Amino acid sequence: MDALLSFVIAKYNYWVVVLLIMIGLYAMIAKNNLVKKIIGMNIFQTAIILFYISIGAKKGATIPITFGEHGPPVAAADFINPLPHVLMLTAIVVSVATLGVALALALKVFRQYGTLEEDDIHSQIRKE
Amino acid sequence: MTEHFPALIVVGPLLAGLLIAAAGWFNRKACFPMAGLTLLWVLWMCIGLTLRVVTSGSIDYHLGGWAPPWGIAYRVDFLNGIVLVVVALVAFLNLLASWNSVEREMADKAGAFYSLYVLFTTGLLGMVVTADAFNLYVLLEIASLTAYALLGMGDGRSALSGLHYVFMGTIGASFYLLGVGYIYLVTGTLNMADIAARLPALYSNGTVLLAFILCMTGLFIKMALLPLHMWLPNAYANAPSLSASLIAPLTTKVMLYVMIRIGLNLFSPSFTFEISGLAPAMVWVAVIAIVAGSVMALFQKRLKRMLAYIVVAEVGYMVGGFWLGNRAAVTGAILHIVNDAMMTLCVFLAAALIVHRLRTDNFSDLKGLFRKMPFTMAAFVVGGLSIIGVPPLCGFFSKWYLISGGIIAGHYGFVAALLLSSLINAVLFFRIIEIGYFEPLPGSDGHHHEPPAKMDEAPLGMLVPLWAAAGLLLVLGVYSGDIATRIIQFAIPEAIL
Repeated sequence: MDALLSFVIAKYNYWVVVLLIMIGLYAMIAKNNLVKKIIGMNIFQTAIILFYISIGAKKGATIPITFGEHGPPVAAADFINPLPHVLMLTAIVVSVATLGVALALALKVFRQYGTLEEDDIHSQIRKE
Repeated sequence: MTEHFPALIVVGPLLAGLLIAAAGWFNRKACFPMAGLTLLWVLWMCIGLTLRVVTSGSIDYHLGGWAPPWGIAYRVDFLNGIVLVVVALVAFLNLLASWNSVEREMADKAGAFYSLYVLFTTGLLGMVVTADAFNLYVLLEIASLTAYALLGMGDGRSALSGLHYVFMGTIGASFYLLGVGYIYLVTGTLNMADIAARLPALYSNGTVLLAFILCMTGLFIKMALLPLHMWLPNAYANAPSLSASLIAPLTTKVMLYVMIRIGLNLFSPSFTFEISGLAPAMVWVAVIAIVAGSVMALFQKRLKRMLAYIVVAEVGYMVGGFWLGNRAAVTGAILHIVNDAMMTLCVFLAAALIVHRLRTDNFSDLKGLFRKMPFTMAAFVVGGLSIIGVPPLCGFFSKWYLISGGIIAGHYGFVAALLLSSLINAVLFFRIIEIGYFEPLPGSDGHHHEPPAKMDEAPLGMLVPLWAAAGLLLVLGVYSGDIATRIIQFAIPEAIL
């Protein structure tokens, strides 16, 4: 039990990510409302962003700003890894853009069918 | 300037796409010529790059002069040079055909359409040319986001099916991103060559296998490999015809290229085909995709939906060919990327012309079409024959490589699936020909003295690109031996026999 507990606690960042991914996937698969699906999609993307952020972290390290040539020599262990964070700036932009496109399409669907519930939309399509 | 071509084929259309959107606010007549000139320039650069690769070997380009692994590298080699040309060519030909349709159906959105069109091409070209795993993700999303918008622009159900594509596409891209994260976790680098150098020492690590599986799963969703294909038929069949005829030939093919790139160059062939242990299962998945895709195409009652299911089956051809992992089959898979892009363009363009005239693509409305639109239908038949695999059209040669690869590997299930699918394709296309040629016109009583139908052909601006695509099927067929021995031959690592 102790071994299991320490296994869970030592890797808690991954467990959080797994949980968020599952919540996102569940919302995308099981929810009937299109906006709820879009929210699920966003949770899913955010989980992956958090995964990247967490792998850049180091215990006892500080923000990666060096003093240039005049400062003390740089010890990599003292600084968190900035690269995953920079990558995630791009990924955040991508996820915002995806959200925008998805909401625009949802708006178009709403104007066409007057509802965002998928069941209602499908029953309307079947009537056509 | 020629040394900057690898960057310019991405940066050029990226900036042009923004300029086109801005020009659309002032004068939407300017959008089409701007997009046309941009894509023509890109096509010229892609051909130039490929010729240089053929004469003097691979080209490495470091963006901003930053040497890899710190900077982002672009690379043109034997594998992607030819894919670049195909992407640029398909985008250009389809753009020429889009003018009449856009003018009639969404003239007020011309600026947005052409801007998205050029940006979509940017994303695909970038995905093909980049040698950086994360950069690939960003460009993948550029191509995906623009594709969602292009497909969702139409009337009817296009917005709903576009939204479903957004969900599936985002899951696929996110899986790929997660896979890249795992690779970064174990290697600490994102440059493909650098990753490839560091990975072999770590092949026994479970994280590497998981990274491989995550990347591949993401790509399988994006390329609509059965059973992950559910988004594709609706998205392509309900979309505006000219968006579908751009995206159907290119998205799946470029994703297949990325799969091959990752399987051959990021991970070594020995890992992909042996250590990962996935290869036998993947070939069988491909066999199921081929058979199920073809059979489902039989049950469709609309032309574009039928063609969309043929795309699903064709994805199976290339996935199966790649995972067989011998030289003939991988050659067939790469050659089929080129050929299938042209064939899909040809038939989807023909369908677009038919929809442009008839405003419908139900089978029951296609009666008498050979008399009404003889030139369109002739090109459609050429495309259909190529998909069936009739020599000397190009579809035959790549299928030949794939089948001989299947025989060399002793995988008769794959061979049988290919032959069955060719047979079903013959049924599918001859059924269209029968409806269009022999069934009586609506309104006539079926006797011999029916009035001759008036010819009502699509505009010349759409016919010319369609015929160019049909002609290229023949050209590619004639030169497929040269393409295989002078280009694709060098794209496959020597470890693959």
